[in-house]
Amino acid sequence: MQKKTAYSFPDEILEHVFSFIQSDKDRNAASVVCKSWYEIERWCRRKVFVGNCYAVSPTMVIRRFPDIRSIELKGKPHFADFNLVPDGWGGYVLPWISKMAGAYPWLEEIRLKRMVVTDESLELVAKSFTNLQVLVLFSCEGFSTDGLAAIAAGCKNLRELDLRDSEVDDLSGHWLNHFPDTYTSLVSLNISCLGSDDVSFSALERLVGRCPNLRRLLLNREVPLDKIANLLSRAPQLIEFGTGTYAAELRSDVYSNLVEAFCNCKELKSLSGFWDAVPAYLPVIYSVCSRLTSLNLSYAPIQNPDLTKLVSQCPSLQRMLVLDYIEDSGLEVLASSCKDLQELRVFPSDPFGEEPNVSLTEKGLVAVSSGCPKLQSVLYFCRQMSNAALVTIAQNCPNFTRFRLCLLDPKIADYRTLQPLDVGFGAIVEHCKDLRRLSLSGLLTDCVFEYIGMHAKKLEMLSVAFAGESDLALHHVLSGCESLRKLEIMNCPFGDKALLANAAKLETMRSLWMSSCSVSLGACKMLGQKMPRLNIEVMDEKGPPDSRAESDPVDKLYIYRSVAGPRFDMPPFVWTMDEDFASELS
Amino acid sequence: MAFAKDLNLDATELRLGLPGTSDESAKNQTPATLRSNNKRALPEESMSSNATASKNCNQETAPLPKAQVIGWPPIRSYRKNNLQPKKSEGEISGIYVKVSMDGAPYLRKIDLKVFKGYPELLKALEDMFKFKAGEYSEREGYNGSEFVPTYEDKDGDWMLVGDVPWEMFTNSCKKLRIMKGSEARGLGCVV
Repeated sequence: MQKKTAYSFPDEILEHVFSFIQSDKDRNAASVVCKSWYEIERWCRRKVFVGNCYAVSPTMVIRRFPDIRSIELKGKPHFADFNLVPDGWGGYVLPWISKMAGAYPWLEEIRLKRMVVTDESLELVAKSFTNLQVLVLFSCEGFSTDGLAAIAAGCKNLRELDLRDSEVDDLSGHWLNHFPDTYTSLVSLNISCLGSDDVSFSALERLVGRCPNLRRLLLNREVPLDKIANLLSRAPQLIEFGTGTYAAELRSDVYSNLVEAFCNCKELKSLSGFWDAVPAYLPVIYSVCSRLTSLNLSYAPIQNPDLTKLVSQCPSLQRMLVLDYIEDSGLEVLASSCKDLQELRVFPSDPFGEEPNVSLTEKGLVAVSSGCPKLQSVLYFCRQMSNAALVTIAQNCPNFTRFRLCLLDPKIADYRTLQPLDVGFGAIVEHCKDLRRLSLSGLLTDCVFEYIGMHAKKLEMLSVAFAGESDLALHHVLSGCESLRKLEIMNCPFGDKALLANAAKLETMRSLWMSSCSVSLGACKMLGQKMPRLNIEVMDEKGPPDSRAESDPVDKLYIYRSVAGPRFDMPPFVWTMDEDFASELS
Repeated sequence: MAFAKDLNLDATELRLGLPGTSDESAKNQTPATLRSNNKRALPEESMSSNATASKNCNQETAPLPKAQVIGWPPIRSYRKNNLQPKKSEGEISGIYVKVSMDGAPYLRKIDLKVFKGYPELLKALEDMFKFKAGEYSEREGYNGSEFVPTYEDKDGDWMLVGDVPWEMFTNSCKKLRIMKGSEARGLGCVV
């Protein structure tokens, strides 16, 4: 009798079904159903996301997925944003580009975050991927405008070039000239991070003028205000626009040109830039305000009443980024005007000042939590907080997915009761059952961690600083937070016991960062021996670990799971604790 | 003290006090010698640098201000930079250059704009990397020292720190490197 195969229809049908499955999680799930699904799935996967470039090697990715069109890679740990990761740590993209050059000639999209990208890498990208459409370099560094020139000249199908927050060696603005005159496919351009005065403005104007599909244009600070009108008139179809410097002498011709230009941008929904903004020129955007869904004023030194007046004209706002010049009063206006608000970020205008320079307190956040029912994501810098306020906020916003509170004095207590803020944050995790990201600050004991372990079951990323008293704190988090992927800790007095007791948990997470904590060298070595599939990286400026006692605390510790084994591109101040570490030294 | 965090004061236990206060007395000689050289920092300039130093000195006995904790508050560098207003069209808000030292593991970044002249810069470098630059003379470079501060200029040439006027230096310096003395021979020497 003929054996019936489980699937008696052609692979192409399954492939077609899989083409509707876009999320990595679902694809991964499908791929482990059986061997034939694994095979079919891997041949038709087009998109790969690698959250830690050292968790897997490019060879392994290429071996499993032979025909990728879109790749996203992340390099340095998040705390690199705050200068906690020393220069030279790693995150080089060149090995990936080199391997992919041969394997994925049809690659269309490259997205990199916190990676070191050199001009050599960019030149290789331009040469190897003729069909490249999207290049996003998010918080990257190591390249110059020469590399960008190569991309401009070589990638004829480029639609999106986004350099957000990257550190670029700005040698000359003339890289824009390298886009050929025949190039017309630009849809999105973000050069807001570029620094030099030498922006080739005429090249930019010509580029904007010949790309009819340009929808997103974020300029850098050096572009003067009086050039904006001309630029906008060439691109009235823009949806998202970032100005350059927003300061200039008040001149009626410049003013009226701007009014007209903004008025003609009927589809404009998102504005940013506004460096050095002066109140005089704010009204030119009033015609756009009612349509705005996203407004980033976090570089604008505008104060009240001008700031609040502007905000009150934007009832459709979903996303608002602003400096603390908005003050509690402005946030109350925001709360009453912007009922669609989903995301709020308030940055400090004077983070290192000893005394508050503005009247922004917990009251502003309470007001927004009360007035904006759709609020989901908060980043809030302020100088005082109370448990009562946090409890109110938690009760008002059970739908929070991201909550990051940064008290400028990291160990400050509840200003009303002088108690730790454990109860307040406890309320956040208890009420916000979908919370995926949380950053703590203020005076916090082990208690808050007990609450987090107990309630934060969907929490994926937790950031902790100057908190807790003992290893119990870390133990609560590692043993209780089932969905935890990324944990980053600085200046907390715990380590060894909790880490060793929860070693297996670390393999279920992407990474753990601990700096200026109490993790001993001995514990790191033990972990390295016990857990071969974890890379235990110890960073210390003082010298190699073997020169110090086992009980000495390590300066910085970065642990991440990896199937690629220890890496070999480490700088002299990083040591991997693996099974061979002890024997290597003897 | 916005620049304090850029010097990573916490990590290097740097104190910005007047020369001669606390444990800095041993280092008095070098800055004093440099100040006496007409070619670089004018006496008035070093006076004003002392003025700011004395302000910082008052904080020495107080507990470390919060500003000096690296990584807190968690604000990205470009945001911190953007809080400084652009004074005029030609002026950049800060001149950040990387500083490396032969044999030292970490690179640092410093803002050249916060220094008023070579004496301040050299002192900061000495404190940051814990070395002594020795005495500088135009003819012989840095004498009596194992380490020599050098920089790479816009043309890619490596020069001795101190050879050109301060403004020219800040405009052309791309990165700093504290070299081992033996390697630095022949750099920018007049003879």
